[in-house]
Amino acid sequence: MKLKIVFKLRYLWMFFRHRGRLAALAIAAVVIAVGVPLWWKTTETYRAWLPVAQINELAQLQLQLSVEVEVVFSKGTLTAEHQKKIPPSNTRQEEHVVDETTRLRYRYETRYRTATIMEEDALNQSTAAEADISLHMLSESPSGSVVIYVVPESSTVLPEGVSVYVGQRRTALLRAGGQMRVAVALKEVLASLETWIKQVLQVMSFSHGDITAALSDRVRPGDRSREGLADSMRAFKSSPGYEITFSLLNPDPTSHLLHWDVEAAISSYIQPLLSKMAPVANFSIDSQILYYAVLGVNPRYDPTLNAYTLNADSLSHVINPVEARLGSSAASSNPVLNFLLYVPDSRHSPLHITDHRRHTVPSNAFSSPRWGGIMVYNVNASGTELPVDVHIDMRRVMGVFLPQLRLMLGVQSAAPPPGFLIGPCGNAGLADWELDRLMWTRSVENVATATTTITSLAQLLDQIGNIVINDNIAEQVSSAVASLQLAVGQLEVGNLGLAMQYSKEAILQSERAFFDPSLLHLLYFPDDQKFAIYIPLFLPMCVPILLSLLKMASEVRQRPGQGQAKKD
Amino acid sequence: MGTAGVSASCINMASCSSLKILTLLSLFLSPTIVETNNIEAKAGQFFSSGHTNNWAVLVCTSRFWFNYRHVANTLSVYRSVKRLGIPDSHIVLMLADDMACNHRNPKPATVFSHKNMELNVYGDDVEVDYRGYEVTVENFLRVLTGRLPPSTPRSKRLLSDDRSNILIYLTGHGGNGFLKFQDSEEISNVELADAFEQMWTKRRYNELLFIIDTCQGASMYERFYSPNIMALASSQVGEDSLSHQPDLAIGVHLMDRYTFYLLEFLEDIHPSSTTNMKDLFKVCPKSQCVSTPGHRTDLFLRDPGSVLITDFFGSVRKVEITTDTINLTAPMVHLEDTRPVRELRTEIQTYMDQLPVAEIIHQKPKQKDWHPPDGFILGLWTLILLVFFKTYGIKHLKHIF
Repeated sequence: MKLKIVFKLRYLWMFFRHRGRLAALAIAAVVIAVGVPLWWKTTETYRAWLPVAQINELAQLQLQLSVEVEVVFSKGTLTAEHQKKIPPSNTRQEEHVVDETTRLRYRYETRYRTATIMEEDALNQSTAAEADISLHMLSESPSGSVVIYVVPESSTVLPEGVSVYVGQRRTALLRAGGQMRVAVALKEVLASLETWIKQVLQVMSFSHGDITAALSDRVRPGDRSREGLADSMRAFKSSPGYEITFSLLNPDPTSHLLHWDVEAAISSYIQPLLSKMAPVANFSIDSQILYYAVLGVNPRYDPTLNAYTLNADSLSHVINPVEARLGSSAASSNPVLNFLLYVPDSRHSPLHITDHRRHTVPSNAFSSPRWGGIMVYNVNASGTELPVDVHIDMRRVMGVFLPQLRLMLGVQSAAPPPGFLIGPCGNAGLADWELDRLMWTRSVENVATATTTITSLAQLLDQIGNIVINDNIAEQVSSAVASLQLAVGQLEVGNLGLAMQYSKEAILQSERAFFDPSLLHLLYFPDDQKFAIYIPLFLPMCVPILLSLLKMASEVRQRPGQGQAKKD
Repeated sequence: MGTAGVSASCINMASCSSLKILTLLSLFLSPTIVETNNIEAKAGQFFSSGHTNNWAVLVCTSRFWFNYRHVANTLSVYRSVKRLGIPDSHIVLMLADDMACNHRNPKPATVFSHKNMELNVYGDDVEVDYRGYEVTVENFLRVLTGRLPPSTPRSKRLLSDDRSNILIYLTGHGGNGFLKFQDSEEISNVELADAFEQMWTKRRYNELLFIIDTCQGASMYERFYSPNIMALASSQVGEDSLSHQPDLAIGVHLMDRYTFYLLEFLEDIHPSSTTNMKDLFKVCPKSQCVSTPGHRTDLFLRDPGSVLITDFFGSVRKVEITTDTINLTAPMVHLEDTRPVRELRTEIQTYMDQLPVAEIIHQKPKQKDWHPPDGFILGLWTLILLVFFKTYGIKHLKHIF
């Protein structure tokens, strides 16, 4: 009887222990199979898919810029047999390695032909400017291309001592050198022409220096010449839009009653330039008049000039007090250009600006890089009745602001090489080739900036695993990558207008993706903090499971030993 | 300075007469030499610093009246920076609490930096961009990295470019590796270093000067790894930054020592002074500050001796004389008034019914959210007790009821 009870008890105990073991195993299985994946899934951040492979490809930038050059030989530049043997086209390539991730290739596709009769007539004009205008009426060259007309040495269309005349559009007149007359092989003729064509292209299209300067976002500047540094600091960086403000400062309204027809002046002189630059950026213009706005510096009276002078050294302190009063009605984050017209008060009239060598500056104006320009306009307040009515000559004023605006926007007029004559820029204030030049550098700059933005964004998202990548960011990144590839493709082919457009889109999208407010990394968790959060949650649950599993494992190991002992 | 050195060494040397003649000669010659060098130096300065505009981000991170000194710290740096030329549009000022209009301020609309109320740093035209509870770690990092929502106005943004020199000043309560914001959150030195690295990759600064006045401030710049950053702190790791002096009328400490001596130093600077950073490092030695100020210049590319104070604290613009003009010959076209004349509205306008009494009287009571009936909780507990007694034996029940 007792044995039976003991046996039953032992059976019950073993039954429950078996059930206990099954229970522990089942719980462990549920925790590992269901719990851990559930916890992992619910605590991971949502990261949409990014085209990482394409982004890494973009990190290695291989740019090819293609320029179409057309060389037209007029009568008298080539002998008859040379004319028959001209090759129809010629391609020249230049490779440059900027640094280990950036490579450049310039491709100049040159086409040779002889001039038509109408072009000959046009080239027979008396001055180069007239020849230029008549040539334009004949044909229109696409954006980014250059047409060079070679005129014989005896031609009078170019003035003395001038070898090249660069016109308003995309044409240049090149005077053939003396070597053309002598009976030399066609190859030598073309070779001597090549050197001139290279120079013309450097002026009208782009030079290697310009392109490397545009790539400054990708490439560390390193040692640059002073002029290069000043140039890079002067113009604004490429931006989708600019805000321009014209301000009239009248410190003495009791003496001067100023009238300025700024709307008409802007629409006649400034607006054509800005409309022509529409493919590069958007512009918004406004104007204002500020009363009782003084310059922060007291001008000194110079008896030799019988006028007050502001020396160049004190000009840097002029801008800050004025800027506080200028205000800004800009609702966007675009850079602002300020152009100020200051009419000195009657006690300090006339006011001249002097340079470092104490000479007066004829334009009476100065500019500050990446800020704008200030012009001092002197009026003769000779009148018995105060305030004196003054009508400001807007043509003179805009004649100063326009070149300042051109400088700020990057239409730099570097000193041309010797023998070059640059024609006047025409009504728009901007020649076509200057616009092309700007578009080349801006597209390259946009492409460089967009690639660095995208690659650094990808790197950032890779490094910090806690940032959530929403779908819209992934979409913007993908479309930025697509636009970049299109832009690079168009630059290769030489379609400058399309390349500019795609590069602008690429930059807009990449900036939007990079500066999206949701990409803020605030979750810096050092490892000890992570442990401190998870241990109170998981340890109380895991300890019983682990202990029971360990006990089972030790029993399983003991049981074969026990069984053996029993058998013995 | 050179002549003083010569005369000092003269005391030790035997043959001083020749040296004296030399010093006299050099005194006569130096003005002329200095004059020609000056022009060259000025022209050279255009290219030496590489920046065209200046920005300042000044942050005070603590609130409550007894942290008056942190607001005074920030406002004194703000005042110096404005005086030296940086306009308000280029300053992002973040103050976590309003001391000037605090109820406990015996002199409202003022924040003093010196006892006996000598200097009111609040001034007449202070422009605070982030005030009160807007000063958070998130907003601070958003300002630095530029990831602000599109509706943020221009004055609250840091619109710097690759040619901007930025001054960043932080003050508040801090510790080893963190800075406390608003008594509820903190920013760590790793986050700050990452934010500066993001600024660098997007070329949002040319050079950065980072000044921090907190306890153990040097720990905050230990982790920086981006180029062109110079950092100053008021105390080393393990040291506390102490406050300067209390004012018995206002009842709180007015300034911290480091910033007090920094303000004294900056009051002597004017927009065209040529003091350089090495003098800034000497501000507030251990004898005055009790803590040891530290600085870090290994990430900075230029030599600190050639960096002017006004490169960061002021805004000295580079100017170029305009030499080209364009001769405009086309006559001006006067615009016709092309704006369309809007038709006048002819409908009669009336005010909306301000107090619709009839509607108010007759409106139905608002639907409130549904709550379970009160008895539900009681019933739930009764159920739990019944289950308990059922499992463990009904005999316990009579001991309860």
